[in-house]
Amino acid sequence: MAPDAIEREILIDAPPRVVWSIVTEAQHLAGWFSDEAEIDLRSGGRMLLTWRGHGTYAGRVETVDPPRLFAFRWQTREGELSDTNSTLVVMTLEAEETGTRLRVVESGFATLPWPGDARARYAEENSKGWLTELGELRDYVARIVGASSGR
Amino acid sequence: MTTRSDEADRLWAALGDPMRIRLLDLLLERGEATASTLAGALPITRQGVSKHLNVLERDGLVTAHRSGREVRYAVREERLDQGRAALARTAARWDTRLAAIKKMAEHAAKSGADR
Repeated sequence: MAPDAIEREILIDAPPRVVWSIVTEAQHLAGWFSDEAEIDLRSGGRMLLTWRGHGTYAGRVETVDPPRLFAFRWQTREGELSDTNSTLVVMTLEAEETGTRLRVVESGFATLPWPGDARARYAEENSKGWLTELGELRDYVARIVGASSGR
Repeated sequence: MTTRSDEADRLWAALGDPMRIRLLDLLLERGEATASTLAGALPITRQGVSKHLNVLERDGLVTAHRSGREVRYAVREERLDQGRAALARTAARWDTRLAAIKKMAEHAAKSGADR
């Protein structure tokens, strides 16, 4: 995973198809994500996310593979959406005995062009560097949340 | 809040280059250094190092102070802490969102099963 990525997960007591509709349908997006939402649920489809008092931010659907994988980009600021002013959110749904494990990875906070393999290689070479600290922080927070999310 | 700040965006943009991350790592290791000594430890020219240092200084990640004829650079650690904090805040936002998704999905599954 890229060093500037956030990974979180949660166990949900509902089947993947139900979780899928919550994470991908406009009426539900407007419940857990923004205040108002529009989405054209297909690869390349446009998203519009509005937070009252903060403005409308564009997004773009990247991957739609129901009920397993949903990925989209969304803007860090208003204006035209591009790969250098947006972050990528990848949501994976995994069926579990009692429901669904929903995992989200948001990446691309360091948004200037930087090939993924160079970044990964660099992170490896600099095991004591700041990038690693970010990773440790992320793992630490993930552990705390893992411990408190009722597993 | 749910949206992100320009401040955090600038920070991530400044960090969005492997050479700048290497510069920060070197500076953290050495405490402070000049552009020339940093260039000696990196596969780029002193001019290249200066360019990156200017970006880092502009976005508040390093400070520059003149000592005689040289300019010495040092990391502003509190700014790095802001980076860590920004990442932690983003993580916390996702926790809130995931909790909301969980609540909505479990409610939908339950009312579906009741019908």
